[in-house]
Amino acid sequence: MAIESTAGVLIRPRQQGFHPGRARTTLAILGALFVASVALFMTYDLKGSLDYALELRGRKVAGMAMVGFAVAYSSVLFHTATHNRILTPSLMGFDSLYVLIQTLAAYFLGTAEFLQVDVRLRFGFEVLLMLGFAALLYRWLLGRGDRDVYVLVLVGIILGTMFTSLTELVMRMIDPNEFTRLQDRLFANFSTVNQDLLVISAVTIVAVTALSWPILGRLDVVALGREQATNLGVDHERIVTRALFVVAILVSVSTALVGPVAFLGLLVANLSYQLTGTFRHRYTVPVAGLLGMVALIGGQFVLQEFLSFQTRLSIIISFAGGIYFIFLLYREANR
Amino acid sequence: MIEIDRVTKRYGTTTVVDDVSLTIPPGGVTALVGANGAGKSTLLSIIGRTLRPEAGTVRVDGLDVAKTPGATLARRLSILRQENQVAVRITVRELVEFGRFPYSGGRLTREDLDHVDRAIEYLQLEQFANRPLDRLSGGQRQRAFIAMVLCQDTDYMLLDEPLNNLDMRHAAQTMTLIRQMAKDLQKTIVVVIHDINFAAFHADRIVAMKDGRIVADGSPQSIITPGTLKDVFEIDVPVHEVAGRPLAVYFA
Ligand SMILES: Nc1ncnc2c1ncn2[C@@H]1O[C@H](COP(=O)(O)OP(=O)(O)OP(=O)(O)O)[C@@H](O)[C@H]1O
Ligand SMILES: [Mg+2]
Repeated sequence: MAIESTAGVLIRPRQQGFHPGRARTTLAILGALFVASVALFMTYDLKGSLDYALELRGRKVAGMAMVGFAVAYSSVLFHTATHNRILTPSLMGFDSLYVLIQTLAAYFLGTAEFLQVDVRLRFGFEVLLMLGFAALLYRWLLGRGDRDVYVLVLVGIILGTMFTSLTELVMRMIDPNEFTRLQDRLFANFSTVNQDLLVISAVTIVAVTALSWPILGRLDVVALGREQATNLGVDHERIVTRALFVVAILVSVSTALVGPVAFLGLLVANLSYQLTGTFRHRYTVPVAGLLGMVALIGGQFVLQEFLSFQTRLSIIISFAGGIYFIFLLYREANR
Repeated sequence: MIEIDRVTKRYGTTTVVDDVSLTIPPGGVTALVGANGAGKSTLLSIIGRTLRPEAGTVRVDGLDVAKTPGATLARRLSILRQENQVAVRITVRELVEFGRFPYSGGRLTREDLDHVDRAIEYLQLEQFANRPLDRLSGGQRQRAFIAMVLCQDTDYMLLDEPLNNLDMRHAAQTMTLIRQMAKDLQKTIVVVIHDINFAAFHADRIVAMKDGRIVADGSPQSIITPGTLKDVFEIDVPVHEVAGRPLAVYFA
């Protein structure tokens, strides 16, 4: 505990306002948990051909780590960019739009042709459209200062439902046999992730993270509000737009890998704020990222080893996250 | 020097700042007065580039505030808003430290920390320094925001009702501090103030706004007269001379 007294300030005159101790401890613990869960997942009860098993598991772990990190990072950025802590990209319909675009492309190109297109090309095309969506959303909705969170929640639900229903509609128009093939590909699960896709995802995540890391300090200022940021010399609009572009790209990555993972971002981002006790992105982002990865890898491990896949991880996450979402809305309403 | 050149701001069809031109030379305290809704905050926000006007330009030291990079301006010009709240949980000291962001970009140097300590001391916030803002009283919070702007250490300071919520003592001390900074450090300070007597005591110049226009401009002696106050505020205010300064008795 910091000493809240004049004396305390006098004894340590160079003391700074932000004490990273708690955030650093959290980071260290989660780092250890992450390493442990990866190690467990990779080595527990290995049977048969070692090489093959390790490769298979390695691929799964890589996919889950990427999804966990991308979802967490994009949620924290989205929270700051929109000045609220309830909405996540997933709740604003980002990931359902991704699925819709893929389905539409498959419909218009023909499923077989669509699946033959280089996965990198498909991914690049999707990312472009997602960036466009982020820009539109910003212009119409998020750029106009302090919007009521409830309005945004409502718009998000409407967009999400609309994209999902459209997807279903288009899928119904596709030939049932082709449809099954398409669905297999679109809603990849971790065991069947395409090798090429894994590589592009990894490259994309590393590149986007490296490019956006330097703006984390300015995002701290953005969190103080638009006017305050302007006063302090931070170009609010530019930083927010950049953050939303990063969000669009990361959502594309995670959705391409496993499809929508509703509520995971909401859960890990808010948990990260609580655990670190700060809004400083240099801490909330890595902590949320680690939480996302640990939740997926650790959760998957527990499910497959001890519950023998009785339920799907995404269902558990949605359930827990949904309850948490209602709790957050309730708390917001009572503020 | 602040040069405001034919600035107009509209909301829909209502014009809230109407073709205002004003020059504020460097050094000194200028008080901006006027009734609620006269356009004071709007004008101040336009100077402080947090609001875009429909027409007109504002230059600070020759730099067009709409075109100059924000980071450059943030070292010359700071603005304290009328309403201040932050959505995140942050302590007083953290907030004040953000005043150094234009210089340090988040990595505080020894000199930055000196500024922070001084600002906290000036506003007598030592005992609250490590407290989150949301656990302070209204006046304490206001002082924290003033300290942050102070910490920004800019030549030009725009303060929108800095005395909001302050008790007698802190109001007087804050105004004295503002006047001293203008005198000793040659800072140019524009302050929106409702208590006309504070303006009379501490300002070098008073600019009065009404319905988006400047309707009076001059020394405290020339503005604080029953006639001008009637023009600006539409009430009859007797003015007495106390300690060689005009004192408006507007309480009833
Ligand atoms: N976002 C807005 N939309 C529409 N009208 C606005 C908006 N902001 C301010 N106004 C109007 O502009 C006018 C000037 O407002 P401003 O805040 O500049 O007044 P002020 O002189 O600072 O008043 P006060 O002393 O109450 O702070 C007011 O009539 C106000 O209703
Ligand atoms: Mg005002």
